[in-house]
This record gives sequence, structure tokens and C-alpha cells, in this order.
Amino acid sequence: MGNFFHRHPALTPYLLLAPGLLWLAVFFLVPLCFLAYQSLQSGVFPNFDFTWEFSNFTDAFSDYRTQFGRSFLYAGIATTAALLLAYPLVYWIAFRSGPWRNFFLLLIVAPFFVSYLIRTLAWLNILADEGPVVGFLRAIHVLDSDGRLLATTFAVVAGITYNFLPFMALPIYVSLEQIDARLLDAAKDLYASPTQAFLRVTLPLSAPGIVAGTLLTFIPAAGDFINAELLGTPKQAMIGNVIQGKFLESLDYPTAAALSFVLMALILAALLVYAKVVGTEKLTG
Amino acid sequence: MNPRLTRNELLRRGAAGGALLAFPSILAACGGGGGGGSSDGGEVKDVLNFANWPYYMDTKKPTTLQQFTQETGIKVNYYEEINDNADYFAKVQGPLSQGRGIDRDIFVFTDNSRFPGLLVTQGWVEKLDKDKIPNIANLVDVQASPPFDPNRDYSLPWQSGMTGIAWNPDVTGPVTSVQQLLEDPKLKGKVTMLQEMADSVGLVMLQNGDDPAKVTDETFNNAISTVQAAVDSGQIRRFTGNDYAQQLTNGDLAAAVAWSGDIVQLLPDNPKLKWVVPETGGMIWTDNMLIPKGGSAPTASTYMNFVYDPKIAAKLVAAIAYVTPVKGTKEELAKTDPDMANSPLIFPDDNTLSQVKQFDAVALDNEEYITLWQGVLGQ
Repeated sequence: MGNFFHRHPALTPYLLLAPGLLWLAVFFLVPLCFLAYQSLQSGVFPNFDFTWEFSNFTDAFSDYRTQFGRSFLYAGIATTAALLLAYPLVYWIAFRSGPWRNFFLLLIVAPFFVSYLIRTLAWLNILADEGPVVGFLRAIHVLDSDGRLLATTFAVVAGITYNFLPFMALPIYVSLEQIDARLLDAAKDLYASPTQAFLRVTLPLSAPGIVAGTLLTFIPAAGDFINAELLGTPKQAMIGNVIQGKFLESLDYPTAAALSFVLMALILAALLVYAKVVGTEKLTG
Repeated sequence: MNPRLTRNELLRRGAAGGALLAFPSILAACGGGGGGGSSDGGEVKDVLNFANWPYYMDTKKPTTLQQFTQETGIKVNYYEEINDNADYFAKVQGPLSQGRGIDRDIFVFTDNSRFPGLLVTQGWVEKLDKDKIPNIANLVDVQASPPFDPNRDYSLPWQSGMTGIAWNPDVTGPVTSVQQLLEDPKLKGKVTMLQEMADSVGLVMLQNGDDPAKVTDETFNNAISTVQAAVDSGQIRRFTGNDYAQQLTNGDLAAAVAWSGDIVQLLPDNPKLKWVVPETGGMIWTDNMLIPKGGSAPTASTYMNFVYDPKIAAKLVAAIAYVTPVKGTKEELAKTDPDMANSPLIFPDDNTLSQVKQFDAVALDNEEYITLWQGVLGQ
């Protein structure tokens, strides 16, 4: 095998890419084509016909603008919150935790040992009206005596933030951990204050991690439906809930497919804007 | 906190998520050819594959399933894999629409969803082998002729249940009417309704003085605006599957639109919980056994005959506490468990039965109604 690569160096990258590409083609591209095909159908379950029904797309967007807007708003807030929570945390782990570093990393990953669903259901108990958190907030008058956290926008956004926090934390940790400590020493030698050293050296060098973490958090958060379903009310319904309802309850597969496509397109557009703003070189480090 | 409901709800959500993730691959699978299961006439097989809802079968040994195997020699593979009509339908409709079997001989759908009707009209279910079900004579009269299957050619009831109002006396005084549920300011934000359209809209229609068995655009729209108003005012906290029960037990909820059997099953853990048919009336629904295309009708029918024996039905009811469709069960149960035989939630008296209605079968399948209802759910 080694010989083969030596004789045909030009082929090497393609051969290395082949398994991944094949996987994507079979399990992503082909289903995506079917999804596109379905999204242009019309009719009533189970008799759908392919009719180039583009109105599925315009209807999907105009009928569910509120839920689209809400999804992006919630995902945006959750991503920002996750960044603000994760950065100091992993900064501390990367630079200050000493021999405990791996232990703390394990703690960040620990929620993944429990299923997503159970983690979210646990929040039903944590935030329960008669539970300790609400009790405390009532005692310090942050909430009034019949105030609650469950079934509010706060609960939904907090649930999303919590569930995707590790996706934000780990990439940032990796980029922080790779920073050569001598660069910070050099900054100090050149009379940089700790703040200046952080802003001029650490932060720019951890940017690829921030970008990766932001993407890994924002994209799934925008399509999430579990948090809104369990922790919210109809007023917090996100686009994922609409797609679920269209697919399961209404049996309206074409609209469900069209909604999925519009969601993908909007996320892609948001990513392009994001990439333009932060600069593509940050994406690759 | 009640583990049963947590798990139950969890599985339901999991299945929903799974179905959604699998969406593209389901579509991809649509391209595949036929083959697989096919119906095979008169032979009774030696294995029965039975898909049912969780906590819907007796578990104390010897179980009725073991008894069935002993009497008939037919081994039963029992799958507790149905947690939601819509989720399960989404899972099986792919193969059924291509004429492939799903490796099940019996599955169970609720008649207050559109799915039993869809399965029959699409021809995705096998006819019962009535020669093998002499006990069909024990089917209670009210169940003899449902709209989706007027001659009971394709289905037999498994159990029935009622939809009414449950409340937690630790949090609130009695909640006995839908109006109180939707308007009493003391209950604001501490009330849930069920996601199932027939349950919630049905109760509200009865409150409005309309007949949920004969839905018109006007009565439906009235009910929708009643519910929407309660959502907008913040009175209704959420729409639920049976996950209302845990929150009702721990006091997050004061009252909920709830299923009778759930409450009976919760009583041992929380004896204070109350359930009533609302003053203006409640809803009744029935879970039906059907034979999916490709399943073995003779084998399935043999089993149906077995559970329509009042002795077996009594054993089942004693364990699962729903309303049985089998005549003579009450008398059988009275011999072993007179308390249970006198429970009005399990054997509703004529007075209770006169207060409950079945939802309009045609309206269940009305796309416009479904869209409106999904809109109330925020979807």
C-alpha cells in the first residue's frame, strides 16, 4: 500500500477522501435529493405527485415566518450565552487547572453520557415551580411569588444553551491548549499588560476554536425542537416543532420537506454572512 | 415523580426525534422494490408478533400471554413499541405503502386519531379471520360498528378510555368544568390540555354546547377560538402527551385534561389525585387491534379470540385498569377483585357513559381542521 502511494502521489488525497465522500454521498446527498423531490410534490397523503409545486416553499416561508425568526433568535442568544459561559471556563481549564485538567475536561463531556432527551427532561425537575431554583429566585425576589421558569422563553433558551455548551467548549479548549506559552511570555517581555496580552495574543489565536464552536452550536440549535417542546409553550414553538408537526400529525410531507430546505438555506445564508464578517481564514485557523 | 410516565413520554419523544432524523432515509427507502412479507391464507403460524403500547399488558406470572402460548402452542413476541399514534404510523407507513409487511401480526391504533381509518381505506390491513373468533359475540354492543370499520371486518377493540379533567387537591379545589379550567384566574399557567385534537377540541365543544360527534366548521372554529384565547391569555401552560401526569403529581400543574386510565394507574402513588368527567361531558376513545398487511390473519385472530374470553379480559383489566370491550368481564372480575369491579373509571356506569361522546370520525381526517389545531399548538 505504501508503495502504491509512493508511485502515485497524485492519487493519495482522493483515496483518502473516498470513504468520507462515499459516506456523504449515500447518507447525505441521496436523501437530500429525495427531500428536494418530495418538497416539490403536491397531493394528500399517501398520494403525492411530483408537480414542481414551488408554492410549498413560498408558503413554508410566509406561513411560518414567526417560527423561523424565533428559531434564529433563540439559537443566536443561546450561542452567545454558550460562548460567554464556555470561554472563561475552558480558559481556566487550559491554563490554570494544572494536573486536574483532564478531570475537568471529562466533566464538560460528562453530560454526553446521558441521552439528550433525559438531560432535557431533567430540566423539568430542576426548574419545577416548587423546585429549589424557583424557590431561591422567589426568596430573593427575582421572581414574584407565583412566578415560574418552566414554560417560558428563558427555559427554552437556557435548555438549548446547556445542551450545546460542550460543542462550544471543546473546540475553544483545543485552540487554547495549542497556544505556545512562550508567545505570552514574549508579550509580557514586550511590556504588554495581561489584558493586552489576552486581547492581542490569546484571543486571536483561539479564534478558530470560537468560530468552530459557534457553528457547532448555532446550526443544531436553530433546528432544535426538543427544548421548545418540553420547556416551552406554543408561544415558544420553533421551526423544528413545525416540521415535526407537519411530518407526524398533518402527514403533509411536501411542506415538511420544503420547510427543512428553507431552514437549511437560511442557515447556509447566515453562515456565509458570518464567514464574510469574521474572515474565512479564521475558519481554517 | 412517576417513572412510568417519564419513561413513557421519553420513548414517545425519542421516537419522534428518531422518525425526524430518519425522514430522508425513509424517503430514500421509498425507491426500494417490494418483496418481503405477504399474506398467507389459512395457516396459523407458531409465532405471533404483537406491537402494543407500553404498560398495556399484565405482567404477573403466569401472564395471559404465557397462558395463550400454553393453550395454543403459539409463541408471542410482544413489542411495547407504540408510544404515539402519529409516530408509530410514520414508522410503518413506508413499508405498508409498498405492500411490504412490517413483521407484525397485530398493531394497535386509537380511534380518536385518523390512523385506523387511513389504514383501512388504504388497504394496509388484513381482514380478520372471523371463523377463528367465536368470542366476537362478547364484543360490547356500543363497539360493534365504528365509523372507520362498520362491520368490524378489520379491527377489534383492545381497551377503551375516557378523557376528562384531573386535578391535584394539594394545589387547587375541585376543577369540574372545562370553563373553569380555561378561565379561572387561580389556575392561570397551571393548566395543560392534550395535544390530541379529538381529546381537547372534543371537551371544549361539549363545553360550548356543541356535539363533538357531529363537527361543523362553525362548531370547530368556535372551539378553536376558545382554546386559542386560553393560550393567548397564558391560562394554558402547554399541550402534552401523557407527560402531564408527572407535573400534576408534583404540583407544577393544578389541573389537566387527562385520560382516565392514567389516573387510575397513578392513584397508588398519589391517592389524592382526582379525575372527573366534566360537567358538560367527556370524550371516550378506543384502542383497536388491527392486522398489518403481511401479518398472519389466522394467528392474530386466534389471539383476538383468546382475549375476548371474559376470564382473560378480567385478568387484563385487573392489571391495566382501562375500560374493557368484553362482555361479562365485570362479573368475572367481581369474583377475584370486587373493589376494582366496582370502580366507575374501569366499568363506567350508564350515567357516566351517557356523558361521554366519541369524536366525529370524518372531522378527524379534515386537513383544514388539523392545520388549525396545529396552529393552536404553535405549529
